[in-house]
Amino acid sequence: MLQAESLACERGGRLLFKSLAFALAPGTLLRVAGPNGAGKTSLLRILCGVARPAAGRVLWAGENAHALGEDYTRQLLYLGHLSAIKEDFTPRENLRFALRLAGLEPPAEALDQALARLGLAGREDVPARYLSQGQKRRVALARLALSQTQPLWILDEPLAALDVDAIDTVIALVSAHLDAGGVTVLTTHQEIEFASASVVRLVLAG
Amino acid sequence: MLASIVGIIERDLRLAFRRKGDVAQVLVFFVIVASLFPLGTGAEPNQLRAMGPGVVWVAALLAALLSLNRLFAADYADGSLEQMLIAAQPLAATVTGKTIAHWLTTGLPLTLLAPLLGVQYDLPAPALGALVASLALGTPVLSLIGAVGAALTLGARGAAVLLALLVLPLYVPVLVFGAGAVGAALAGLPHGAHLSLLGAFLAFSTVFAPWATCAALRIALD
Amino acid sequence: MSTNELELGERASRGEWWLRYAAPQAFFPLASRLIPYFGTLAVVFALAGLYLGFFVAPTDFQQGDAYRIIFLHVPAAWMSMFLYVVMALWGALGFVLNTRLSGMMASAIAPTGALFTFVALWSGALWGKPTWGTWWVWDARLTSELILLFLYVGFIALKASIDDPRRADRAGAVLALVGVINVPIIYFSVQWWNTLHQGASVSLSKSPSMATTMLWGMLLMALAAWMYSIAVCLARVRLIIREREQEMAWMRELGG
Repeated sequence: MLQAESLACERGGRLLFKSLAFALAPGTLLRVAGPNGAGKTSLLRILCGVARPAAGRVLWAGENAHALGEDYTRQLLYLGHLSAIKEDFTPRENLRFALRLAGLEPPAEALDQALARLGLAGREDVPARYLSQGQKRRVALARLALSQTQPLWILDEPLAALDVDAIDTVIALVSAHLDAGGVTVLTTHQEIEFASASVVRLVLAG
Repeated sequence: MLASIVGIIERDLRLAFRRKGDVAQVLVFFVIVASLFPLGTGAEPNQLRAMGPGVVWVAALLAALLSLNRLFAADYADGSLEQMLIAAQPLAATVTGKTIAHWLTTGLPLTLLAPLLGVQYDLPAPALGALVASLALGTPVLSLIGAVGAALTLGARGAAVLLALLVLPLYVPVLVFGAGAVGAALAGLPHGAHLSLLGAFLAFSTVFAPWATCAALRIALD
Repeated sequence: MSTNELELGERASRGEWWLRYAAPQAFFPLASRLIPYFGTLAVVFALAGLYLGFFVAPTDFQQGDAYRIIFLHVPAAWMSMFLYVVMALWGALGFVLNTRLSGMMASAIAPTGALFTFVALWSGALWGKPTWGTWWVWDARLTSELILLFLYVGFIALKASIDDPRRADRAGAVLALVGVINVPIIYFSVQWWNTLHQGASVSLSKSPSMATTMLWGMLLMALAAWMYSIAVCLARVRLIIREREQEMAWMRELGG
């Protein structure tokens, strides 16, 4: 479903990687590993279409992802390094507007349920400014609970700064997504086992 | 498409209302700048009346310029802009929505406040009418062109001054015909042609500016 | 994606030989060979133009000999606008074809364009002083030249403020294209503003009626300016190619 052909990435005058290729079938997890600065985040951004590769292309269902435009991005959920949380908005509002960008408008109860699942029950109406870093990250992660319709998840360090409960929740959400036939690409420093599905490991030497 | 534009407008307006101070700041700047000129040039009524249109227009221009960094910088810094690039809706829709919201919180208040400043310069009623009409047509153009500049200077060093340097030359036509309309009304001459031209600028920039802004945003986020 | 340059290289080896010059390394020696020719042409045309302008063309009835500065002023103004369009075209080419050389050429042209704008401005001032008694006149052409100078400076400043050279090229291309669309609009607005406020009296655009020799003098000077621009821009682009040598390293690695 998701394929990379001869991808190369250049940052700051250096070639981070070249001739990178993979093919992911539905239900596959691609785990990108490597030292800091090796290009993990750059690879994820290339897969999203935000960054342009120095060479090569990304294919979704056999077609050039870049050419598909919104038809591709509508099917993808990207959780980047920055959480995209507005400090002036409450968690419920942040979640609502984030999902609206993806073309989803779930009812308020669904939003609250998702937030509760990530341990934010009772804090749905507190401006994000007053939340801790971990809590803000969890507001961003709450999108996972409401994005089953998006087959491709690209997550950059989704487990960073989370406590054990939250980690378990995220792993459960990702596993459910994989079981439903979705594809997930993620980077993480933590040694986590994903029970289901096929796992492909990609190591960037840097 | 329209729904997505309205959705973005709602988001940006909500954010702006949580930060009313930012919006008020721009209006205060507008009033201060316009009030400085008589202090610099003397308050002789005929002279004031003659320079009134130009002064109010330049002050509106500078106030609009000041507010441009609100358009993309915050969203760029916290990662929201990146999300907008990979949204289900076209980037052009997002950009248009943000520009409209920007005008609603900058250009529109400036336009409504301008008659008060016009009175400070002893502009008669027809000139005040022309002032409001020209600003109503011109300030959206300022937002549209300003958006291109704001997108180009995202993450650049010395962004604020660079933005002024890039955008002010492009504002000249709007200034010339905007202030010209008020000047014509002041002299008792018809100013319909000026307003029509401003309308043409508005139509032209509505069609072309969002594309340039989208291109600039993609370059900034590469 | 610099794959396009690799593609152009392939097409070049298959017959479209001129495309091999899209690669900066190949363009460098070509530029070196061309510079002396354009430089010589520039000197030749300049001498011819100056001779016509200062010795052959008749003294003007109203403005005396001071008007001869137009042989510098008008060609400089023409070149400043011409170079902006060329710069925008190179930028557009780089944007569409994704070639680095186009962005480098745009960067090379900008300072020369700004220089001509500056020359147009001070030669206008030198003309204004003996003719109208003031160093600056808010004439349509001078005001447009002033705004054009701001556009050039803005372009140079924008490129300088972005660290990554390829991003700078692309941002510059967008700015130049926006500028080139606006330049006629700005010029039109300033013309209109000028006729309204100044009236017909104070205008440097009102040159003395053109004797044929005067026209030839200006055309020769314009050609000289054009040859000079090409020579200088080629020289400058060589420097830029050298400066951005580091980019070449990863491109070679990619192609190899």
